Amino acid sequence: MDVRGEDLLIIIPAYNEQGRVGHVIDDVKSALPGADVLVVDDGSTDGTAADAVKAGATVLSLPVNAGYGVALQTGYKFGVRAGYAKIGQIDADGQHRAEYLTAMLEALEQQDADLIVGSRFLGHDDHYKPSLARAVGIGLFANLTSLITHEQVSDPTSGFQLMRSRVARLFCSDVYPTDYPDADVLILLHRTGYRVREIPVQMRPSPGKSMHSGHTGPYYVYKMLLSIFVTLLRRGVKVIPQAKLAP
Amino acid sequence: MISTNLRIIAIAGSLALLIFVIELVRRRHLKEEYSVLWVATALALLLLAAWGGLLRDLAHFVGANSQASTLYFFGIIFVVFLLLHFSVRVSNLERRVVVLLQEIALLGERDAHPVAPGEDLAADGRDGRMTVPGEDLDVVLAADERTRETRVS
Repeated sequence: MDVRGEDLLIIIPAYNEQGRVGHVIDDVKSALPGADVLVVDDGSTDGTAADAVKAGATVLSLPVNAGYGVALQTGYKFGVRAGYAKIGQIDADGQHRAEYLTAMLEALEQQDADLIVGSRFLGHDDHYKPSLARAVGIGLFANLTSLITHEQVSDPTSGFQLMRSRVARLFCSDVYPTDYPDADVLILLHRTGYRVREIPVQMRPSPGKSMHSGHTGPYYVYKMLLSIFVTLLRRGVKVIPQAKLAP
Repeated sequence: MISTNLRIIAIAGSLALLIFVIELVRRRHLKEEYSVLWVATALALLLLAAWGGLLRDLAHFVGANSQASTLYFFGIIFVVFLLLHFSVRVSNLERRVVVLLQEIALLGERDAHPVAPGEDLAADGRDGRMTVPGEDLDVVLAADERTRETRVS
């Protein structure tokens, strides 16, 4: 069983995470010494990129702040073009604990899945206590996603994921919602015929301001409902061939 | 009937709009592609203003009391479509900008960041540009040389 993480790229989208991103890179490298680490610096105005370089990651810098989804998709494009077999993603703020990447990698191999999501809620250990508004939002979309995909989805907002390259290739196309990739992505995968599995992980409390602050509020609910609705309306999703993605 | 004054103003206004749009295209301030809806709007308004019978029939058809309000009503419908058209254009532009941003990041040849706190702009004599990991400074400078040559020739 390969748990060193060979042929695996871990993407860390980062916006102004100086002082935190370095630790995340160190954690990923100690959990999976064979994996390559890519930090996509989303137009940070602090020393995020320099920190990431110092910690030994490859760094791509977006010239202006473009948002979490755009940064992630930049990472997918890099990973697919470089030909990685597996691509993972972890937040730069330290909320996700890199030691679970090993279990996620094993699950990707053993469970015959295309995408593994690290879920805060699957363990039912109540280590994570979201605010009421957030809990309602996450619960709504978890139920809706489970209903549509006929799979148990407990944490559709989790950005802690590990996927096969064919999933990342789909994410490189313009069906990928670059503004708030979330529950709609899981439904997109289901519609495309890819299998999504969750495994329980523990997360640390988010340090507050982050790239994901849009995860509550009326606009988020509206956008996600509309996005899920149009994803269901789109008949088939065409996956662009590898050749077209090559630079 | 709309008043003669209003009719004259409406005809003059829509003619002025039409001429202004064509002039913008002539000066290349407006692409032909984007002029279509504006020209259509101006022509429709001109037609309604000049052809009294059409406006009367239209007002009767929609059950409006006043012909003038019928004119406004259709004017507003045109404007709504124009705005929707531009929202589509903006979405399209935004998608292109994202692709370009990502390609710039993937090229990895420049770093457009403001300098990190405590870092001296002129420290490396390269206008604050940071070296991308794995990239040789000479390669960047050579690329700059090439750009300069192209500009001179």
